[in-house]
Amino acid sequence: MISYPGARRPDRTRTVDAHGLAIATYEWGAEAAPPLLLAHGGFDFAGTFDVFAPLLAAAGWRVVAWDHRGCGDSEHAAMYSWSADVRDALAVLDTVADTPIPFIGHSKGGGLMLQLAESCPHRVSKLVLIDGLPSPHIHPDIADHERTRLLAREISGWLDHRRRVAGNQRKPDTLDGLAARRRRMNPRLPMDWLRYLVTIGGREDPDGWRWKIDPAMRPGGFGPWRPSWSLDRLPGLGAPMLGIMGTEQEPMGWGATPTMIEPYLPAGARLVPFADTGHFIHIEQPERTADLTLEFLA
Amino acid sequence: MIALTHGRIALGLHALREGDGRALLLLHGLGERTPADVPATVEGWPGPIYGLDFTGHGASSMPAGGGYYAELLMGDVDAALAHLGPATVYGRGLGAYVALLVAGARADIVHGTILGDGPGLAGGGPTPGSPFVVLPAPARVVPPDPFALVELAQDVRPPDYATAFVRQATQSSELPEPIAVAARGRPEWLTAVAGEPGVLVTTLPEALALYGQS
Repeated sequence: MISYPGARRPDRTRTVDAHGLAIATYEWGAEAAPPLLLAHGGFDFAGTFDVFAPLLAAAGWRVVAWDHRGCGDSEHAAMYSWSADVRDALAVLDTVADTPIPFIGHSKGGGLMLQLAESCPHRVSKLVLIDGLPSPHIHPDIADHERTRLLAREISGWLDHRRRVAGNQRKPDTLDGLAARRRRMNPRLPMDWLRYLVTIGGREDPDGWRWKIDPAMRPGGFGPWRPSWSLDRLPGLGAPMLGIMGTEQEPMGWGATPTMIEPYLPAGARLVPFADTGHFIHIEQPERTADLTLEFLA
Repeated sequence: MIALTHGRIALGLHALREGDGRALLLLHGLGERTPADVPATVEGWPGPIYGLDFTGHGASSMPAGGGYYAELLMGDVDAALAHLGPATVYGRGLGAYVALLVAGARADIVHGTILGDGPGLAGGGPTPGSPFVVLPAPARVVPPDPFALVELAQDVRPPDYATAFVRQATQSSELPEPIAVAARGRPEWLTAVAGEPGVLVTTLPEALALYGQS
């Protein structure tokens, strides 16, 4: 087992039945402590909170996180969609509290928590979005005709992937090889952290290490959704909100900047940019992110 | 029934009429399934006729936990096309919208697409309404999947997204008019589609006659 400074596995692990799908759920902190919900980002897993979550737990919170369907140790599904992820989150929340509690989300997890907060305002007390605010534009510098060509390539690529996907396996590699591959998407994170992550989000088969994430899942994608639709709803959010944003753009970042977001902030919301910080704010700066979050939740 | 797979989903493809020549592939509406016999409305088709049950419908599997969206069903149709080869596609309601998607995505193997009235034609409109969490109706053990009924009744269908698929179809199809609108209903996406160059507004018999010619 590889260790990493400050990283601690959850105190409790359980499975939530989300309408027939097994969702791996994790808790840090005392069972009787006030709970909060913590959502990971796309193509991630709850183990990426192994440093951040214990800091919140040490301050007196019961931190509840889960692996999204198809991610980490949760069941691989036949179908993946945004609304299904929001529904799975609600299934986890239903096992935790029926009174309003704080929601925290990183990246895509922030988007999911925002939508859950908008859909169920009676279930959320405060919202913390860690680089999880939508960008108002999709590639604003691309012309219409080029967008059509990109869409065509994207769709045929996705359909080809769907034809191949039955029985697909992720490529095996050494532990270091898997960490190095992950680093291409997370260039600012230390190799020791990425090697630690492989031991949580990966598994060792006879032919090598593989990420546990469902090979049917594919980054990118297409569809009718416009990020601006999410942003347009943001001013209507009733719960107090804290947004934390990294200023360094990264491959997995959403491309949003404080200047883009500020006009959409609900009354009283706070947006804090972290200078010289990338998309994985809570991993690059766990103490500062936790301190700010705890101060906001106090 | 021909058993196909789309990822972890088992699909039922039904041969309603054997024959030579290019197949007509029927796509049912939301909550429907492939009819047991050749519908009278398509009797005049000169070749074989097949019908596909979408995920969560008819003889196809009902995956746990929902997660339906129209593009996933486009993948269902692609699995059927991989089996059938070039085909003309006729979709009702939800099936019409999915047929449009596949007409754009697989313009090289879809030889004419007919969009007809049927359940689920409108979807969730051009922009999302107020967000809510889709929860299932009381559990059922037989299709259609309650998640499919609810999720596919509210998938967003912006007109400019729909017309992007028309443009892909017209750019890549060998037919001068690869899409025929035979529906009378006009949700916003279909109004936009009907106004695009390369889209024929006609009746089902005429569309079948046109695409059945060659």
